[in-house]
Amino acid sequence: MQRTLGRPDALSRRPHLVAGRATVLLYVTLAVALMAAVTAAVSLGTVTVPARDVWQVILRHIFGDTGGLDPLQNQIVWDLRLPRVLVAAVVGASLSVIGVGLQALVRNPLADPYMLGITPGASLGAVLVLAIGSAALHGLGVTGGAFAAAVLTMAAVFLIAQRSGQLTDTRLILAGVAVGYLAVAATSFVQLQTNPNQLAGIMFWLMGSLAGAAWSDLRIPAVALALGVVWLFTQGRALNALMIGDDAAAGLGIDVHRFRRRLLVVTSLMTATVVVVAGGLGFVGLMIPHIARLVVGAEHRRVLPTSLLVGATFLVLVDLASRTVARPDELPAGIFTAGIGVPVLLWLLQRTGRGEGS
Amino acid sequence: MELEFEGVSIDIASARIVSEVSLHIAPGDMVGLVGPNGSGKSTLLRSAYRVLRPTGGAALIGGESVWNMSAREAARRRAIVTQHTVLGAEFSVEEVVAMGRTPRKRMLDRDTDGDRRIVEQALDDVHMRWAAQRSFATLSGGEQQRVLLARALAQEAALLILDEPTNHLDVRAQFEVLDLLRHLGMTTLTALHDLDHAVSYCDRVAVMAEGELVAVGAPTEVLTPQLVHDVFGVRAVLDTHPITGRPRITVASAAHGPTTTAGDDARAPASTPRAEEPPGHAT
Repeated sequence: MQRTLGRPDALSRRPHLVAGRATVLLYVTLAVALMAAVTAAVSLGTVTVPARDVWQVILRHIFGDTGGLDPLQNQIVWDLRLPRVLVAAVVGASLSVIGVGLQALVRNPLADPYMLGITPGASLGAVLVLAIGSAALHGLGVTGGAFAAAVLTMAAVFLIAQRSGQLTDTRLILAGVAVGYLAVAATSFVQLQTNPNQLAGIMFWLMGSLAGAAWSDLRIPAVALALGVVWLFTQGRALNALMIGDDAAAGLGIDVHRFRRRLLVVTSLMTATVVVVAGGLGFVGLMIPHIARLVVGAEHRRVLPTSLLVGATFLVLVDLASRTVARPDELPAGIFTAGIGVPVLLWLLQRTGRGEGS
Repeated sequence: MELEFEGVSIDIASARIVSEVSLHIAPGDMVGLVGPNGSGKSTLLRSAYRVLRPTGGAALIGGESVWNMSAREAARRRAIVTQHTVLGAEFSVEEVVAMGRTPRKRMLDRDTDGDRRIVEQALDDVHMRWAAQRSFATLSGGEQQRVLLARALAQEAALLILDEPTNHLDVRAQFEVLDLLRHLGMTTLTALHDLDHAVSYCDRVAVMAEGELVAVGAPTEVLTPQLVHDVFGVRAVLDTHPITGRPRITVASAAHGPTTTAGDDARAPASTPRAEEPPGHAT
């Protein structure tokens, strides 16, 4: 019998690079990398502030002792760069974690807020407010418009996809893609009706950017990220179960449709808060979860923290590149999300992707 | 843990797929559910998965309707091995089996040493411990099925429901899975495609046709050539397997002439029930 039951090792392989106790070490490394990226991003720019001074300013502010700081450094670090860098970190972390949730939600590796229509919907809302004017909409601001549109889009996707309260993966994808296309078409139409000075604002919503992010932009997405992450982290086992099919997940005691509804609401609300401050930043939510999975495997209790840290670091670096490479001009962050992300992904695929079984 | 379908009817898009099926699976029994494609086997099973809510009747596990208990409680009572398992991501074998612990854990519970022991034991039971760290996706079909069985075992449920567990497996892997099921000795309900598996491995067999349960009982009494012909539209011979000594059913296309009837097999003991089918009989 032993010939039946054992099997030579050549064909099988470990599915990922980091496992077991090394995972903790990975988290520490990634956290250190994030701190380093934040430090570098605050330090570098048109005026370079030494890393020591960066931390001095930050720590002084934390301990409420801002007397005696160099006013110029204080302004650059605390008022201009740090909020933008932290917004980048929060947006990167949020998009990545949302991507993990959505990819499990529809059991599809291509899922991200774009695919489910939420980002295009939010962009349409923002562009509509820009074109029509806030006053015509009872003072609804651009961010309010984006948020409301994101929630409405989610509701539309849900209503189209559900059948007597049941949400299946294929219908969700189709509904999301359909609603997304409609939103993109409507956005194009609105764009044609606008004058050139409105166009710059519209481009921000379509391409996504962190330029001009201030402290006031940080609060809502940060709170949403914190709440969303806490909830998602408690759902690691359920997310795993979703990946093995609806019936099998039900077999493991997951109320699949109820869980999908909750997952859709949580990820959509998180997306709405992110789109409001960063516009339609693509790619991050799609790719970072894959990069995380290539490193730590498919287990969501490891994928979530890894994606969170990698995504935050990634977007901080992307934003740094977008404002320093062509100084003093800013380049769209979208150029760098793909320009940096794709080579990393290809390298990881190369390292781990031999003998793929499915 | 016993499983009982109590007058279960299931409509999907106002078409009746399962019609008033009552079936009792006693503790310790291995019951095979057979029937042609589209006869409602999988649909009936899905009412016990707590996926489909019956239009009428109920699936009871341990005397309680699955819809009167939480999804979690249902998963503590019964484990499921579904027909198609395509993982949406690349899990290791150990991770797949550890998923079986899901209904036993609270939201933030970590995997304890106890969980790890249960996972290892389950892998031992299906002889797959060697593959614990491998990628599930790189295993052969038979190995994957054994791993999924280990996941079901890790659930520590007393009842096992399987939907055609031998599908797409090579012959040896088919027997390995069935031998394993017998060896485990759990209360088992399994849909089966191969009538010979039903007759040689199951304590009892339930036959479904067009959504209705048409026969239940000991395999050799139920799967008579007459019934097999009526339900499956093929000719059949029931005799004793020359190697295993267990009952055997051999089928052939109904289009084939009487040359394939049972009397041709000289090795079959005369005591076993056998049949000469009048061609063109019944449906």
